[in-house]
Order: sequence, then structure tokens, then C-alpha cells
Amino acid sequence: MSGSEVVASRARTEWIGFRTMVLREFSRIARIWGQTLVPPGVTATLYFIIFGSLIGARIGKMGGYDYMQYIAPGLIMMSVITNSYGNVVASFFGARFGKHIEEILVSPLPNWLVVIGYMAGGIVRGLLVGVVVTVVALFFTHLHVNNVLLIVAAVLLTSIVFSLGGFINAIFAKNFDHISWFPTFILTPLTYLGGVFYSIELLPPWARAVSHANPILYMVNSFRYGFLGVSDVDIRLSFAIMIGFAVALFGVAVWLMEKGVGIRE
Amino acid sequence: MHALSIRQLTKTYGNGVQALRGIDLDVEQGDFFALLGPNGAGKTTAIGIITSLVNKSGGTVSVFGHDIDRDISAAKSCIGIVPQEINFNQFESVETILINQAGFYGIPRAVARERTERYLWQLQLWEKRRAVARSLSGGMKRRLMIARALVHEPRLLILDEPSAGVDIEIRRTMWEFLRETNERGVTIILTTHYLEEAENLCRNVAIIDKGRIIENDQMSNVLRKLQTETFVLNLREPLLGTLTLAGFGVTRVDDRTVEVEVSSGRSVNDIFIRLAAQGVDVISMRNKVNRLEELFMRLVSHADAPVAGGRS
Repeated sequence: MSGSEVVASRARTEWIGFRTMVLREFSRIARIWGQTLVPPGVTATLYFIIFGSLIGARIGKMGGYDYMQYIAPGLIMMSVITNSYGNVVASFFGARFGKHIEEILVSPLPNWLVVIGYMAGGIVRGLLVGVVVTVVALFFTHLHVNNVLLIVAAVLLTSIVFSLGGFINAIFAKNFDHISWFPTFILTPLTYLGGVFYSIELLPPWARAVSHANPILYMVNSFRYGFLGVSDVDIRLSFAIMIGFAVALFGVAVWLMEKGVGIRE
Repeated sequence: MHALSIRQLTKTYGNGVQALRGIDLDVEQGDFFALLGPNGAGKTTAIGIITSLVNKSGGTVSVFGHDIDRDISAAKSCIGIVPQEINFNQFESVETILINQAGFYGIPRAVARERTERYLWQLQLWEKRRAVARSLSGGMKRRLMIARALVHEPRLLILDEPSAGVDIEIRRTMWEFLRETNERGVTIILTTHYLEEAENLCRNVAIIDKGRIIENDQMSNVLRKLQTETFVLNLREPLLGTLTLAGFGVTRVDDRTVEVEVSSGRSVNDIFIRLAAQGVDVISMRNKVNRLEELFMRLVSHADAPVAGGRS
């Protein structure tokens, strides 16, 4: 076999392997749809009823939009973040716990592709849930669209960042408590304080300054900018931060796989 | 080119345990090779390194000429592994497990489906193709792992105690299947605690103990190294007096059973001639223990003094 044939053969193997990983993740998400797709829809409905209809009506305008319209992008993004992260951490840790991660580890798929495969699973679930929450949002409010490309880019980058975060969490997790610790004590507070429900312009200067250290603030605002054209932060900085996180986390995830942390003795 | 070539392979775990202390091993293409050793000897560690589930501390491993440090993907493509522990997703169906595994090796879905059907028929799992894996019996799970290891049609099949916990009927069916697989040209490495299994199936054997290879030779040569063999004789009539067989060690077990120790090179016919002369009628005879088991026990109990004459 010539050099180019070897490369082509390897590329074909990797493409089929990647497709298999994504299909397997999609099947898992679809098989347990009651755990993966329904709860975010129910939660979003409750948020829209309580914060949007009941409390939001008394809040008035925020950023020039009805409160319901203002929080809708944030709520969609919150679901994308939680589900992208949750999908990869549960799937990869489950595979480690059940030892079926070995099915992939003994295969010729390179480590970077394994990371991308699991990440793609997180993106698939993040986007599916994003669509579910968007549909729920449309029952309650009108969604203005400022720039579709920015919406897609923001949601994809955010999903990539949190899928990779879930992957790294799953590598270090030693039991099921460890996969819920980070989402409960770090991710949820950062999300709630990341401008989902309010503009940081409402905060006192010190709290506003602290908020700028929260990466989720940039993700929520870039996504909101795509819909409403308003943002608390510079959009270019937001995308730079998201791309920076995505590249850094991907590098760390692949490095951990190469070292065999959590997966090889 | 060897199917597997290992040089000075070492592994020290994080807790300081030295699982492998510099093993050298060659397995010829097309061989049916037994890797034997007591629990904790280093067999599973060696297999883990070959299949890249364990990081080695030192040494080299190549599979069909592909060094695992330089071309791990090519090496992995050649190997099918049946691990000791169940390691498939228990919530997936039998056919999904096989089709996905083929996909991880770059086998297109249509081909994967065709092979899945073929191996599920051969391993008598076709009826269970849509069953969730966790609903299978222990023997079925073992066979599923064999089918999964073969679905990408590897040149080297490694089985780490494939018949553990499997009843004798299924074990024999499994042996037959593995023999046929080997006859098709697939090199097979088998670790097992059923030494009868190794003696029946394998042409070459390595015995590993405390992280070192203490014996490595053809099965027939290894068995020839047995200095003595013990036979159990069942007698038609109860023994009344003392039984003496010059040149043989005799132990009386009960009135109708004696054990006779025969040195290497002595004819078993002599026993019967002498017994007949004393009017003792033998109705059946068997080995006291499996021959390989007898040798194995002697070797591992003297592991610090390696047996001379091993294959290099």
C-alpha cells in the first residue's frame, strides 16, 4: 500500500469511527429521551411561567425588550450549557465505570478523535435541547433574530466548551458524586450569575467587575446579541474567550487521553 | 515476521508493584499459543500493554511488525481482544454492540451487518441479536465478547480466560470454534486456568510467574519435561495384601484404588504385566491430574529456579 493509500485508508477508518461514535451517542440520547430531552423542556416552561409571565410582567423592560424576550436567549443557552456538559460527563464516565470505554480504547481511533466523538455527542444533545427550549420559548414570547450566524456560532462554541469540560470532569471522576459535584457547585452558580436573568448593568460596580471574570457571561451575551442585538460585553471579546476556552480544553482533554489519566493504568 | 514480538517488557504500577520484570516473547503467525501463570503472575498486565489498555514502563512490543510506540493504530487494527471481565455496554442490544465495534475499526455499516449476522450464527447468538446485553446468560456474554473481538477480522486474537464460569458443553463448543478460527489463519493467544484447555488447543506455551517467563516452548516439549506421571488404577477385586511393583511408586488409596507413579521413559505396559502376574485385574485407569497442570504446579513452585532448555 502506497503512502497516500495508507493516509486515505486511515482517514476512512477515522471517519467511519467518528460517525459510529456520534450515532451511538445519538441513540443513547434518543433511547433515554425521558431523561435527556423532556426535563429541559419542563424546566424551561416553569422558568417562562414564573420568571417571564408572573414576575417578569412586573419588571418591565430590560435592555429595551420585554423581560420575557430578554431572558429567552439566556434560558436557551443555560439548557445548552447544562446538557452539553451533562451528556459528555455521564456518557464518558458511564463508559469508564462500565468498562465499555475499552471498546474504543483498543480500537485504532486516535485519542483526539475519541475526544471529538464524545464532544460531538455533547453538541448533539446541547443543540437538540436548545431546539426544545426555543420551541417552548415561542409559546410564551416572540423571538427577535438579529444575526443567525452569530446565534449559531455562539451556541456551537458554548456547546463545544462545555462538552469538553464534561469530558475532563469525567476523566478525573472516581465515582458518581464526582460527576455531579462540578455542575452543582460551580457550573450552576456561574450560569445563574452569568447574566441569564439580568443585565449586569443592574449590579453595583464591584459585582459588575466580578461578573466579568465569569466566562458564561460572555457566552450568554454573545448569544443574546445574536437574537436581540444587545449585550453587556464586547462581542469580539466574547468570541475570543469562547474560542480560547475551546482550544485550551481540547488540548487538555487530548493530553489527558494521551497520558492515559483515568483510563489506563 | 512474528505475529507478536515482545522484548524486555516491564511494568511497575504506581503502588510500586512490579507486574512484569523484563519479559521476552515471540508468537509465530498462525500459532495457537497458551500464556499461563497463576493469579497475579502478569498475564493480564502483558495483554493490557499489547492492547494499549495499560501503559508499559519499558521494553518494546510489536504486532505483525507494527511497533506500538511508533504505529499504535496499525498494531491495534491487527488485534481482537476478549477480556477477562465483561466490558460491553449492558444496555445496548447484541447486534448494536457488534456493529458499533466494527465501526470503531472503520468497517462500513453494510459490511458490519453482514459480519455481525455471520458471527452471531456461528456463536449461536443469532436468536438473541435484539436482546439487551445484560439479559444474556454468562456463557452468552462470553460468546458475545468473542464475536465482538472477531467482527473486524483481526489477524491476532487474544483471549484472556474466555471460558471462566462457562459450563463444559459451551466450553467445548467454544474450543471447536476457536480451533476453526485458528485453522482459518488467525493467530490465537489464550490465557486460561483450565490447563486441559491449553493442552488440547495450543501448540506452544509460555508460563509466566512473578512477572518473568519461566518456561517457553512447544507444548509437546513442555509436557515431555514431566519427570513423572501419576496414574490412578481402579481394581476389579479388593486388594487383600500389599501390592508391590518394582520400579514404580505405589500408593494405596483404598481397597480398590491405587496410585502408580511412572518415571519418564518407563513403559506403562510393565505395570499391567506385573499386576497380571499378581492376579490383579484393572478395570479403568486415568491420570491423577492433567499433565500440564502437574508440570505447571512444579514450575511455579520452583519459580526462582527457571527450567533450563526453554525456547529463546
